Amino acid sequence: MLQLISLLVENKPGSLMRVTGVLSARGYNIESLTVARTLDPELSRMSIVVDIDSSQRAQVIKQINKLVNVLQVSDLTEGSAVRRELVLLWVGTTQENRVAVLKEAEIFGAKAIESSVDGYALEATGDPEKLDAFVRVMQRYGEIEVTRSGLVSVPLEAKKLKLAPPVRKEHLETDQEVLKTTE
Amino acid sequence: MSTNLMTGAQVVLECLLREKVECFFGYPGGVTLPLYDALYDHEIKHILVRHEQNACFAAEGYARATGKVGVCCATSGPGATNLVTALVDSLMDSIPIVAITGQVSTKLIGSDAFQEADTFGITRSCTKHNFLVKKLAELPQIIHEAFHLAATGRPGPVLVDIPKDVFQAQGHYTPVSTIHLPGYRLNTEGHAGQIRRAAQMIWESERPMVYAGGGIVAANAADDLREFVELIDAPSVCTLMGLGSMPSTHPNFISMPGMHGSYAANMAMTGTDLLIALGVRFDDRVTGRLAAFAPHARVIHVDIDPAEIGKNRAADIPIVGDVKKVLERLKEAVRELAPEMKDKNAGARKAWWGQVRAWKKEHPLEPEMSTDEIKPQHLIAEIDRLSGGEAIVASDVGQHQMWGAQFIRFNHPRLWLNSGGLGSMGFGLPAAIGAQFARPDKLVFALVGDGGFQMSIPELATIANHALPVKIIVMNNGHLGMVRQWQELFYNNRLSAVQLDSFPDPEKLAGAYGFRGRTVESPRELRGALEAAVREPGPYLLNVRVTPFENVYPMVPAGGAINEMVLGPVQPVAV
Repeated sequence: MLQLISLLVENKPGSLMRVTGVLSARGYNIESLTVARTLDPELSRMSIVVDIDSSQRAQVIKQINKLVNVLQVSDLTEGSAVRRELVLLWVGTTQENRVAVLKEAEIFGAKAIESSVDGYALEATGDPEKLDAFVRVMQRYGEIEVTRSGLVSVPLEAKKLKLAPPVRKEHLETDQEVLKTTE
Repeated sequence: MSTNLMTGAQVVLECLLREKVECFFGYPGGVTLPLYDALYDHEIKHILVRHEQNACFAAEGYARATGKVGVCCATSGPGATNLVTALVDSLMDSIPIVAITGQVSTKLIGSDAFQEADTFGITRSCTKHNFLVKKLAELPQIIHEAFHLAATGRPGPVLVDIPKDVFQAQGHYTPVSTIHLPGYRLNTEGHAGQIRRAAQMIWESERPMVYAGGGIVAANAADDLREFVELIDAPSVCTLMGLGSMPSTHPNFISMPGMHGSYAANMAMTGTDLLIALGVRFDDRVTGRLAAFAPHARVIHVDIDPAEIGKNRAADIPIVGDVKKVLERLKEAVRELAPEMKDKNAGARKAWWGQVRAWKKEHPLEPEMSTDEIKPQHLIAEIDRLSGGEAIVASDVGQHQMWGAQFIRFNHPRLWLNSGGLGSMGFGLPAAIGAQFARPDKLVFALVGDGGFQMSIPELATIANHALPVKIIVMNNGHLGMVRQWQELFYNNRLSAVQLDSFPDPEKLAGAYGFRGRTVESPRELRGALEAAVREPGPYLLNVRVTPFENVYPMVPAGGAINEMVLGPVQPVAV
């Protein structure tokens, strides 16, 4: 069964590698993954869809939680959360089916964002099953190109962020004046 | 000093000084030239080893013997990749290490420059955390964070990769007094309610058993462990990583459990109704077939790492915390309940002790002896006699390691140093070097097989160089003994690639480095030869020819339950 894991990570080089490393080291294949900055530019939100053995699920979450760059991990597979995916789709049209394509797209709540004599670029969001259906339908009208964003999600309740407080290192303290680096 | 302009290299050394690093182990190269130039007239001692892997193993020996962070250093590319085995070794055994590696200049990173390797990527899964420093301004903060991460929580190796131009850049040392790693959440205190419930469960238990491991050593909690064991008067075992946490001669101490554990330890683990697991990870070498492990027991599991709890065995009472702090509170909680609970299971407890003692008597761990040839167990018993529970024994990996764990007594933790989790051959000799630098006052044995010894043989030069009085005891059976044992028992004795011929003449070998060595073959000469080695003020290489086909028993075959031990040649016992 696919799991949806949502993470808050420090926006630093290597953060992504550490998280995916925990999964790849155990032979788990990532179905989809999105990363983007949060309101706080020093943090990123990651949404990962991955197929983990149910017996290993808690362990994998704990191992990810141990990573120094990871501030929060939530398993949103079963929790109350909104899940959406974006699909960008280009479909080739003929002169005859152009109107039908647009009507069909409308049924799926998709929007045309570009139009040319050869076809349309369409944009749709929804849950992955709905988007699968959308893609299947569009395939019947002509050649298509598809890019999907992977699942993103937001929990329906604010989860309190537990962070480690700063630690004072007495043995490093000094009576010498603090100087700024002058590179 | 910090008011002057400094190079990045000098900043590194300043940071090490502030972290109270006395010495570190390393091997220079192209991109670390600035660091070694700064070291030229610096007070920190650098020990030049003969291979980078051994720099990290020696740092491990230093860290294991003291509890302080061990530091090692290597150049970019091959220097850094040579560290990998030892980094994983320290990760598996939770040993605090800071590894500093040089990297090609920031402008060259990614260009396949000479001696460039993606050290940051390669060591990601070999370390607790790693850093790639991009500019001088962040260098002090990163180095101090590295020490903080290495030493706190569940200790482990942290690598800092420093490009050459960062070593060369000029700036001022900016003192760091605060470490802020918001994602590094440590839960050290232990849940008070869980601790109370644990105390209750301990009193309710009829057949309690303490299972203590490397976490006790890491937390410096040996005294608390002993007091706790005495307070609840339970039999206790220490894992391979925990040996010495309970004094070996303590009446409550049984021995090591697991694949080569004693009969009594494994039977008691199987019979207990309450397993009090302290700083252990239910490793497969301890549990055997997990489904059959401690089948009647409820489990109290204390560990600093939440990911260890429930990983292999579900805990009835999980307690995340520093085992030292938890034990302090657990002792209190147990004492508080004593007046009402003390007599509840007194009869059952007495019967349990009777049973455990009977198991001990039934099949005691006793070294094999012979008057014609030196049995490997005989050699171990003689080392034990000379040590008297006080020497440091840095062991390599294999049969000698298991016999060492069975027969050498340790009065304290941090005396038995071995590669437990990773089982890295070649560990023993460099670890002994690190331990001897850490504890110049101590008698240090490097207990090695003829296989592992030859993996680290270049370090004889380091030993000679510093006239380190390490006593190298080669248990020489002419084979890769443990692999041979498995081939004999499980592969129809088809001995494939396990024979080690052409062992060098130890007298000539040690002589070539300027110290003494010899071979001993007769059991009558063994004791005298060992005593002479110990009397020698400098290093000594003693090659002990032991019987080649001895097997380590008891043995739990892979996949077996730990009470299904093979106690000796062809007489399986299932209970």
